[in-house]
Amino acid sequence: VAQYSAGPADWDALEEALLRADLGVSMTTHILEAVRKRGLDVNAQTAAEVCREEILKVLPPAGPPPMPLPDRPSVVLVVGVNGTGKTTSSAKLARWFTSGGFGCLLVAADTFRAAAIEQLEAWGKRLDIEVLKGQYGGDSAALCFDAWNSAHRRKIPYLICDTAGRLHTKSNLMQELSKVKRTIGKHDPTAPRECLLVVDATTGSNAIVQAKEFHEAVGLTGIILTKLDGSGKGGAAVAIQHELGIPTRFIGTGEKPEDFAAFDRDTFVNTIL
Amino acid sequence: MFSRLSDKLQDVFKDLRGHGRISEKNITDALRDVRMALLDADVHFQVAKDFIARVKDKAMGEEVLRSVTPGQQIVKIFHDELTTLLGGDAAPLNLTKPARILVVGLNGAGKTTSSAKLARLLKSQGRAPQLIACDLHRPAAIAQLATLAEQVGVPVYQPQAGETDVLKVGREAVAWCDQTPGDVQIYDTAGRQDLDEPLIEELRRLKEFLQPQEILIVCDAATGQQAVNVAEKFHAALGLTGIILTKLDGDARGGAALSLREVTKQPIKFAGVGEKIEQFEQFYPDRLAGRILGM
Ligand SMILES: Nc1nc2c(ncn2[C@@H]2O[C@H](COP(=O)(O)OP(=O)(O)OP(=O)(O)O)[C@@H](O)[C@H]2O)c(=O)[nH]1
Ligand SMILES: Nc1nc2c(ncn2[C@@H]2O[C@H](COP(=O)(O)OP(=O)(O)OP(=O)(O)O)[C@@H](O)[C@H]2O)c(=O)[nH]1
Ligand SMILES: [K+]
Ligand SMILES: [Mg+2]
Ligand SMILES: [Mg+2]
Repeated sequence: VAQYSAGPADWDALEEALLRADLGVSMTTHILEAVRKRGLDVNAQTAAEVCREEILKVLPPAGPPPMPLPDRPSVVLVVGVNGTGKTTSSAKLARWFTSGGFGCLLVAADTFRAAAIEQLEAWGKRLDIEVLKGQYGGDSAALCFDAWNSAHRRKIPYLICDTAGRLHTKSNLMQELSKVKRTIGKHDPTAPRECLLVVDATTGSNAIVQAKEFHEAVGLTGIILTKLDGSGKGGAAVAIQHELGIPTRFIGTGEKPEDFAAFDRDTFVNTIL
Repeated sequence: MFSRLSDKLQDVFKDLRGHGRISEKNITDALRDVRMALLDADVHFQVAKDFIARVKDKAMGEEVLRSVTPGQQIVKIFHDELTTLLGGDAAPLNLTKPARILVVGLNGAGKTTSSAKLARLLKSQGRAPQLIACDLHRPAAIAQLATLAEQVGVPVYQPQAGETDVLKVGREAVAWCDQTPGDVQIYDTAGRQDLDEPLIEELRRLKEFLQPQEILIVCDAATGQQAVNVAEKFHAALGLTGIILTKLDGDARGGAALSLREVTKQPIKFAGVGEKIEQFEQFYPDRLAGRILGM
């Protein structure tokens, strides 16, 4: 009886909330369908809660962080389109590892963008983490290959490669990225251990296209969702998980090194609805 | 050219040919599809809604209803409305003295790159631009602008390393500009989120001091629904005079541009179409209109 007295769910409002969070048209439709199918237990009072539950069904619980391997460095390749926060997130991730007590090397594998090397070096200095660099215009695959050797020889467990921003539509640049991956794989066929796509939470539907293309080029193992301190909610991450099965692993919530955390699906869903 | 959406609409209207008439309901149904297409293109929820209402108004005219190709007609109304909304002819920059241009926007949108690109464009038009680095925040932001300035071959003001007071930099830069040959000043600022009140306030104070003729917001073409909040916030704080839309070399549909236009009523003046310094052009509204509609 209580269910009926609460009145029917406001579907338009729900749709609006999901679309506004950038879940995208098809993800929004999918979630609302799922909620509607639940029929009578959805009313004005419970609609948002049921909707949250349906989104949670899409998002898997957090996996364990990658523990160091006994015999070789774990390579993390950080990729994405221009300006999403790759360099910043690479530095934050390095700090995440070192503050967990593990050694980490950063590789300035963006040899293209103006002052990209200086930017990562500045981060290295600030965090007291070593940065390996090459020359502007140099071959980033060769640089990462050498960096692996260095990390291996010195028994440093983590190697984070900050790559140049590139739009997924540029096939030559995407091939260059595949080459970086292949080259690291010459040392260790299981490397890189992680390929993380950095996605700006402000991005709309294009985020899914980005994920699709980068996934095809390097095989993504996760997403770093940045700039969640802005008003963007990063709802595209739900669609990326649903369509491509790529989980969000970390979030960026500011420009400071500590503005970084493991992805927590409950917190995330609560900011969407 | 009008393929994708037009096909969709033609489908909707196909059945009706036999009956020789189309009704208000047919149009409403078709516009529902169009609404989805707009949302798919990252046009803001409310902006899309209002827009559809306006198009519907026009589409209900007798001429469309009686036309043999109502679908095509509606698409045309749509395209025209969208182009109007995105702005007609490109608006030139106001470069009356002292010709200061303040470049603002979210983190990573493309401000520094666009500042240098704009300097290059103005230089090629016979002006003598000066670049001023006001991003004291991001690591190596000053070095980035200085590198690009060198590529373009224009003078650049670089604050001391470790400087944190943007207003002080503004004062010193203005003095530097007076001493350095040049007739347009382009100020590159730090990226900031719209919710970051202290940083927005800092920008407002810089604007108050500089009294720039142009305040351009740089926006990534792939921006989603947040574009409305961003535009509202920056516009309220600064009074924007124009928009630079970046990364149009990708395949983002660019619907955020509509939100920026709706909120600020200011023209989109330039488009970034690549990472290279010369990949920057005047903005063409009709091209973006087609892209938003998926045509
Ligand atoms: N507010 C906020 N800003 C961020 C966050 N992550 C990165 N940024 C900012 O976003 C901007 C771009 O960050 P970068 O790390 O340079 O991005 P990138 O992907 O390496 O850029 P490219 O190498 O040029 O493609 C900088 O101003 C960063 O400080 C975040 O979580 N929140
Ligand atoms: N493909 C493409 N990349 C662009 C375009 N404009 C800028 N970029 C790239 O976007 C990234 C960010 O550009 P920046 O100029 O550093 O952005 P920003 O707004 O100054 O960043 P912050 O100062 O950190 O807020 C860089 O990798 C640029 O090369 C464009 O039109 N197309
Ligand atoms: K947010
Ligand atoms: Mg970078
Ligand atoms: Mg910048």
